[in-house]
Amino acid sequence: MPGEAVDNAIAVRGLEKSYGDTPVLWRLELTVPWGEIVALLGANGVGKSTLLRILSTQTRPDAGTAVVAGLDVRCQASAVRRNIGVLAHSNFLYDDLTCLENLTYYARLFNLGNPQQRAMDTLTTLGLSSRAHQRARSLSHGLQKRVAIARAILHRPRVLLMDEPESGLDAGAISGLRETLKDWTASGGAVMMTTHNAGIASSWADRVGILANGKVRFPDDNQSGSLDIAMAVSPIAANSGMLG
Amino acid sequence: MLQSVRQMNFKSGFLVLCGLMMVADLWLIFQVAPTDAVIGDVQRVFYFHVPLALLSFLAFFVVFVGSIIYLVKRSPAADRIAYSAAEVGVVFVSLALLTGIIWARPVWNTWWTFEPRLTTTLILWFIYAGYLMIGYAAPNRAKGAIYSAVIGIIGFIDVPIVYYSVVWWRSIHPAPVVGPMAETGSLEPVMLNILLVSMMTFLLLFIYLVMERASLRRSEDDFRAIRLALRRASP
Amino acid sequence: MIQFVRPILVVTWKDILLEWRSRDLVVSVLVFGLLVAVMFNFALNVTPQRVTAFAPGILWVTFTFVGTLAMSRAFVRDSEQGGLEGLLLAPVSRDAVFLGKALSNFAFMLLVETLLLPVFGVFLDFAVLSWSLIATVALATLGFALVGTLFSAIAVQTRSREIMLPILFFPVALPLMIGAVEASAAAIGVQPGSVFSRWWPLLGAFDALFLVVCPWVFGAVVEE
Repeated sequence: MPGEAVDNAIAVRGLEKSYGDTPVLWRLELTVPWGEIVALLGANGVGKSTLLRILSTQTRPDAGTAVVAGLDVRCQASAVRRNIGVLAHSNFLYDDLTCLENLTYYARLFNLGNPQQRAMDTLTTLGLSSRAHQRARSLSHGLQKRVAIARAILHRPRVLLMDEPESGLDAGAISGLRETLKDWTASGGAVMMTTHNAGIASSWADRVGILANGKVRFPDDNQSGSLDIAMAVSPIAANSGMLG
Repeated sequence: MLQSVRQMNFKSGFLVLCGLMMVADLWLIFQVAPTDAVIGDVQRVFYFHVPLALLSFLAFFVVFVGSIIYLVKRSPAADRIAYSAAEVGVVFVSLALLTGIIWARPVWNTWWTFEPRLTTTLILWFIYAGYLMIGYAAPNRAKGAIYSAVIGIIGFIDVPIVYYSVVWWRSIHPAPVVGPMAETGSLEPVMLNILLVSMMTFLLLFIYLVMERASLRRSEDDFRAIRLALRRASP
Repeated sequence: MIQFVRPILVVTWKDILLEWRSRDLVVSVLVFGLLVAVMFNFALNVTPQRVTAFAPGILWVTFTFVGTLAMSRAFVRDSEQGGLEGLLLAPVSRDAVFLGKALSNFAFMLLVETLLLPVFGVFLDFAVLSWSLIATVALATLGFALVGTLFSAIAVQTRSREIMLPILFFPVALPLMIGAVEASAAAIGVQPGSVFSRWWPLLGAFDALFLVVCPWVFGAVVEE
């Protein structure tokens, strides 16, 4: 199927990754179509972040292919980077620059036209315009996270890769983020996120996947799905390999 | 299984050959080679010093080529060969420095002088000691291999510049004490032949050591791969 | 061409702005450099008769220490909140990232050296304002910045990063040290001026070689 990779925002085939003698991902298959939010659940250390790092060209897989926005993460890394917005555990901000300067810097790196205006617009979209001239250092953890979200969507990427986007945010910011993501997928973009919050996963996402034993599984019907979700967030179940 | 037995036989044969060559070489150096008329018996250290020094240069050339291949192709074999050559090279260069000091005392009337070849050898020791250290200081094995390869390339292309900078520095600041035999010039034919035998012996020893070290490193990699497979089978 | 140079300048501008905000790097490195100079005075018993003979050596040992200290901080601000990751996630070539960081290190070292030189001129009694001295400082500092930035990117990811940088850096930088000392000696009149024709090409060759090789291997250093 030559069209498959282009039709989907993310297409992963036979992906393998291990660190030394610690296996992480093993023959992982995953497809995320355009216009969908996919949430990944899984216990700590099952490789959710590793998967996101591979999709964002930061980590080299041992084997298999990963195609993001129709581009191969290994041989077209630079083009992939133009098409993805990444929210990771660290917020990529410089403490001694203001929010506006931080975003303007990234806008310039992405070679966007009128970078300062673009940065300001993005801050305004996320309700951060009053914080534009405050240094990142002076902001609370939650506000920094919101600036990091602004940084991730700044260049209007087609695919968003978010590692636990809800952590550290207050209730208002979480619903704001939900609106942002809904708008994102409504306009054709795709979102892949990880989370530990089963409630957020099932209410935000079009599909909820579970990462365990190096593979992603999508429980078919809702009945067994919620059971699997409960098991995935319980570390005992994941570690004993009951989901394998 | 059969292949590994065959490999073992080959390596044992190589080891026996090395041992015989070494015995013959020692006999030639201490029994056959004439005593140097001016320097005396100490001159015999020359038959060890020259091969060790030249082979450490060869070792670091192997590191350089292996490092480039590793960075371009990420072939684990290139990393194993480069790393093993670096380890053996550091041992050889350390011995070359030691024998050099023993040689310098009677010949140059000083234990140490910042003569270009000596200085370059010393800098090589520092660079490749750093090469070995970075492999252990790195956060994981894969990164260690990359960092080592980078040092293996940067270090080697730096060597000619180090050498010429010291040569030119030397031409401005001549050595305070350099004896009349600083450059012995001609070598008696017997001495030259024994030197060649010695070179061959140490070349074989070098190849054997690199082979042995690379196969040990391969075993380490295999062990890791087996443990990975086992963990996958029963998480 | 513009496409290649632009991101380099964006990275450098970001570093300069950050340094302007905190000023901690330049100020601490400057004070350290002055201290080293004062220590040398007592360690070597620099008398007015011998002062010019010692001057180039003191100058470059100080600059090397100062440069290593500055270089060891080069990627610290980028690793605090994942700034380097953010930079590597931008569609910018690794060559440009390296050259941007090397350029800001080059600028910081030049600034500190420019501030230190007049002080050394007074302490060690030599004329600071000579084109040959300025050319020597620029050539040697460029080489320091190139190799130092590369090794700093390696050292920042290792255990015992403070000691790994000088261990890797000093042996490779030896030709720079020798060339810079000798050319500076000529610039302040201790050596005949004819030696420039030897040392400047050596420094230039070092710079050119590592200007090509360092960006190439940097890509491998920052990948995972």
